[in-house]
Amino acid sequence: MSRIVLPAILSADAGGAKSVDVDGRTVGALVDDLVARHPALGDRLRDADGGLHRFVNVYLNGEDVRYLAGLDTRVDADDEVRLLPAIAGG
Amino acid sequence: MTSASDFFRQVRSSIREVSPKETDERRSAGAVLLDVREQVEWDAGFIPGAVHIPRGYLEQQIESLVPNRASEVILYCASGVRSAYGAATMSQLGYENVASMAGGINAWRALGLPVAQPAHLTPEQQQRYSRHLLIPEVGPAGQARLLESKVLLVGAGGLGSPAALYLAAAGVGTLGIVDFDLVDVSNLQRQVLHTTDRVGEPKVESAKRTIEALNPDVKVIATEAILGPDNVAGLIDGYDVIIDGTDTFDTRYLLNDAAVERGIPVVHASVYRFEGQLTTFVPYDGPCYRCLYPTPPPPELAPPCSLVGVLGVVPGIMGLLQANEALKLLLGIGETLKGRLLLFDALDGTFSELRLERDPACPACSDTAREARVGREALPLPIEVSR
Repeated sequence: MSRIVLPAILSADAGGAKSVDVDGRTVGALVDDLVARHPALGDRLRDADGGLHRFVNVYLNGEDVRYLAGLDTRVDADDEVRLLPAIAGG
Repeated sequence: MTSASDFFRQVRSSIREVSPKETDERRSAGAVLLDVREQVEWDAGFIPGAVHIPRGYLEQQIESLVPNRASEVILYCASGVRSAYGAATMSQLGYENVASMAGGINAWRALGLPVAQPAHLTPEQQQRYSRHLLIPEVGPAGQARLLESKVLLVGAGGLGSPAALYLAAAGVGTLGIVDFDLVDVSNLQRQVLHTTDRVGEPKVESAKRTIEALNPDVKVIATEAILGPDNVAGLIDGYDVIIDGTDTFDTRYLLNDAAVERGIPVVHASVYRFEGQLTTFVPYDGPCYRCLYPTPPPPELAPPCSLVGVLGVVPGIMGLLQANEALKLLLGIGETLKGRLLLFDALDGTFSELRLERDPACPACSDTAREARVGREALPLPIEVSR
């Protein structure tokens, strides 16, 4: 199992969970499993083509997956994925 | 028995001497220039960039000032005598690359080379900033630098309030404040620049009164305006650092693009209920806001504090961290959050850190964008916010 960490703005659609343990060998597979467990997150994370919305940043162990292999980035057990949309409040 | 002059000849022959001209070259190449004269002599003028340890304290203080014994150090005094003794002492202490400047600062001045005057702080300032003056990383020179610095706070709200208070207290000499809003009673739960009796007043006026009451050294430039494409350049020009305390994506992108174009660092923070994000954008040296977030979320995924609420201390903490970043940038000390996004979770009491990269395709700060900018109009805002 790997762990996906959710900020408050997303955790509301995951039953309030700040992190969710999920299965998968790639970042994309983890997100698929997350959405399968919490379908309300689907629209918040995915665009019409099934890819991730451009405004949702994804970090694997603190590194932006845009500079790794995107959703195809391989994930090991115990890795931590963090989803992070921008917030504007000040 | 050895005479004083014989002793000096022995010492002088045991050390390396360099001319003022060579000293000037070595100084530019990174050598440490060490002034070993007395305080009153230093106060009358010193070589720019030099550090100061009076000869009598050399053995006690040199290790903390120059820990690496392989560092190149050139000592000077008034005429080259005390610096020769100092250089011999440092060699005995194991410093491997030490020299004395022949002829001292007198010879240096005679060649017309530059001399700096020490920072002048009034007795009142010496008292007010005494806790800063005691820190070697700040000291009188750092404090003088803060007094000459200009920081622009965009937004005098939840983030801008604590940042402004502490930057003012620290003696940042000019604080620009831009805000279009009036003080509302619902602001007072977190916007500590303002007070109950000022409800209904422009925030910038309230901020100016609070800051001037706290520290008369600070000049406040208050502008009651909405930051927009037409005024952003004029509002940010001339500032050393910008604190982004805005609360909409439009203004954040606008501020980013204008600051990148002018090469002004922006200390960014944003908050949501119990959570905060913080980083420092240094144009062309690290990522910018568009590298971090190329497009903003739709409004339903990014509601403002006025709709979802925020724990008052969260912008307080993030705003103070912004002030901390600004002080490091101004003083040139420490490590900023350039290339790092700091996440704060007030409920868990945790800080996490994510690594940020410059986007080679960034429309604002990539090399291509930088070259293409010459003579071009401002970037359009990302589609989601400009509709």
